Amino acid sequence: MEKERHVLVIFPHPDDEAFGVSGTIATHVQNGTPVTYACLTLGEMGRNMGNPPFANRETLSKIRKKELQDAAEVMGIQDLRMLGYRDKTIEFEDDDKLTNELAAIIDEVQPSLIITFYPGYSVHPDHDATGAAVVRAVRNMPANDRPKLQCVAFSRNCEEEIGQADIVNEVSAVAHIKIAAIKAHLSQTQLMAKEMEEQLKKQDPQVMARVHNERFWTYPL
Amino acid sequence: MMEPVITQDVQTELDRHAKKPVYIHLETTNGAYASHFDETFFSSGAYIRNAQLEYEHGKITGNGPFRVGLKTAIGWVYAEGITHFEKDGTGRLLLAGHDFSGKLAVALQISETPFE
Ligand SMILES: [Zn+2]
Repeated sequence: MEKERHVLVIFPHPDDEAFGVSGTIATHVQNGTPVTYACLTLGEMGRNMGNPPFANRETLSKIRKKELQDAAEVMGIQDLRMLGYRDKTIEFEDDDKLTNELAAIIDEVQPSLIITFYPGYSVHPDHDATGAAVVRAVRNMPANDRPKLQCVAFSRNCEEEIGQADIVNEVSAVAHIKIAAIKAHLSQTQLMAKEMEEQLKKQDPQVMARVHNERFWTYPL
Repeated sequence: MMEPVITQDVQTELDRHAKKPVYIHLETTNGAYASHFDETFFSSGAYIRNAQLEYEHGKITGNGPFRVGLKTAIGWVYAEGITHFEKDGTGRLLLAGHDFSGKLAVALQISETPFE
């Protein structure tokens, strides 16, 4: 993995980083690169409440905030920013307001690399809207000042339409951190994390490949 | 803590909030990923947060999952699939329906002060 000056991760939900990006984040941190994680919402409209439920609609945001802080600590992120938007509403926000807020963070942090969702190929409307806002903010910058923009995509049609990921980070060296980050989002990942850990123990090749390789698409700016 | 519905307890709370200005959170959801995991599944959902209204009376019915209806002067509020309830620390009535895997599918909440 290339050494970066500063990495800025921008996602709408706590746990968006867990499955596909936490190994990359942990690797950057181990390389001595500062990582800023801007998380737009607290996932307050999530459906996982624990079974039997230990959260409710009103306590979920507080629980997920704590989980996000725990996950950030596990990954070694020093600069975690919670932007205070509401889950499921990003696409309805004023586009310019959102673009400007993200532009201000980019301007302050001066990242050499931004990681976000690939607009149009990220399934959840908040993901697509967040990715689109990041693209707008970066496109507004003079071409020479723009950081690299690497996106996560996972819609069914993504490889047909945007091809194979051009960046694959092998993160097996930090797999334990990745599992811990996934587990930190307890309310959302309880069942999945347990299953994943067992499959890893059995060295299920598909699961190992999925956990150990994180895929990104360089966005054509 | 959300607990399985005890209809008498829910009914007491519905009665307590009747004939007063209240704030309502009403939501149904099958999640933004439903169609991603199953292309034959039609994803839908709706929510309204902090609708202000006053209901004349409210009722919980059914044998579980339960149904709740609030009758207002000129209309209705309705939720189906309610499995759990909580009277939280601030006196709000939180009702929710969790599906067979425990995921939230419906919520109806009543508060005398606005939800955050
Ligand atoms: Zn998400």
